[in-house]
Amino acid sequence: MSIVRALKCRECGHEYKIEPTHVCEFCFGPLEVVYDYEKLEGVFTRELIESRPQTMWRYKELLPIDGEPTVGAQNGFTPLVRARNLEKVLGVKELYIKNDSVCYPTLSFKDRVVSVALSKAVEFGFKTVACASTGNLAGSVAANAAAAGLESYVFIPKDLEQGKILGAGIFGTKIIGIEGKYDDVNRLCSEVAGKYGWAFVNVNVRPFYAEGSKSLGYEVMEQMGWKAPKHIVVPMASGSLCTKVAKSIKEFIQLGLVEDNSTAIYGAQATGCSPIAKSVKDATDLIHPVHADTIAKSLAIGNPADGFYANRIIRETGGWAEDISDEEIVDAMKLLAETEGIFAETAGGVTLGCAQKMIESGKLPRDESIVLCITGNGLKTQEAIVDAINKPRIIAASLKEFDALAEADGKTDDILK
Amino acid sequence: MKMRVYLTFNSNTVCEPIIYKLSKAFDVITNIRTAEVKENTGLVGLELDGATDVVEAALEWLAAQGVHVEPIEQNVIEG
Repeated sequence: MSIVRALKCRECGHEYKIEPTHVCEFCFGPLEVVYDYEKLEGVFTRELIESRPQTMWRYKELLPIDGEPTVGAQNGFTPLVRARNLEKVLGVKELYIKNDSVCYPTLSFKDRVVSVALSKAVEFGFKTVACASTGNLAGSVAANAAAAGLESYVFIPKDLEQGKILGAGIFGTKIIGIEGKYDDVNRLCSEVAGKYGWAFVNVNVRPFYAEGSKSLGYEVMEQMGWKAPKHIVVPMASGSLCTKVAKSIKEFIQLGLVEDNSTAIYGAQATGCSPIAKSVKDATDLIHPVHADTIAKSLAIGNPADGFYANRIIRETGGWAEDISDEEIVDAMKLLAETEGIFAETAGGVTLGCAQKMIESGKLPRDESIVLCITGNGLKTQEAIVDAINKPRIIAASLKEFDALAEADGKTDDILK
Repeated sequence: MKMRVYLTFNSNTVCEPIIYKLSKAFDVITNIRTAEVKENTGLVGLELDGATDVVEAALEWLAAQGVHVEPIEQNVIEG
């Protein structure tokens, strides 16, 4: 049963029928999917959801597709880890990691949004899908399109690192490198999206694409035992994830699936690209664009489209926003790996590092439940930490040499008698 | 082609009649759809309609005047 009602302008409220469009023709405001929730009353229950396979599609009634997904049917339902070691280090009582660094199939939460966007693209009859990306999104579009038998185009800045090109190229996508400054590349992509009859995931099907993020929020609440957390920390690039996590919580409350726990939402950015965090700290809703300069490339959006809305959600829910330096990002990546065995990408370092800073400043209370959203895998951003990890100690293939090393480590007592 | 852009004006450009000059210099139809002007900054949502090369030249001219030009989607490139 589809309960999708329309696309609605977030600014003027004008409604549009469901079609591949993303901007209000009247005021240029962004469009958002709206639903008739009352149709689900008494039907969409915890029992129904629990009876379904463990994928993001167990909440399909709240995702904007008709019927069953055609792309990414296995995606989502990543682990929610109780981070007991990290709790001790941070001095907090109840801490969870939502670990989308193992999201299927390309190890980032983009698999959630892309599978919704491409399923919708198939419904609309598109044969070709596209995106403009410097990393996770490119890989996810390429992989999910390949699995669904769709042709794909990925637009990248010409000078992007080889490793990132490889992460999309392996899936047989058509990669177009564009010369020029960020703004020129960005504008060209918008022009291409307007001119060709393709599903450009973060342009003409963006309202559907963005809704995929809600599945992360639904999963957190179900995995906590049908409870909304008191505090949730999300990394911010465009700011979309922040708004969609808030929407997911509101929807579950409205449908009676969880109690209202007055969840506060917190945003995390790198200091080298922190326009939303700055606006929250300055107590203004004006987002001043910046030129991004940070190792957290997946968050490096200098003029975030959803910045205004993310700012509003953070302030309305009683949350906060923080930013940390590149050095602090690396430290936090190491801390997460060493305490919980989770190798997150730089954005994960941003989330943990900002949470740590907010715990220390008292913005995040120590005695209530906190969820940290880790959205990508560290294997994709190895260059950021290559100089920060311990190098192997080299020995000859000789037990004597190893004994000397073990003795230096104080392991003599471990020798079997 | 029709191109929809956000123009951001800074304290140097906010008082200048730049959209008027644009329509005099280029054969494009300009259509302001949203605008917010403050003392030191201005934001205008503008649609430009005309031949592709003329629209592109007009956008380059705007940037050369010190106006920040962005597509209506703002950030098309994501991580």
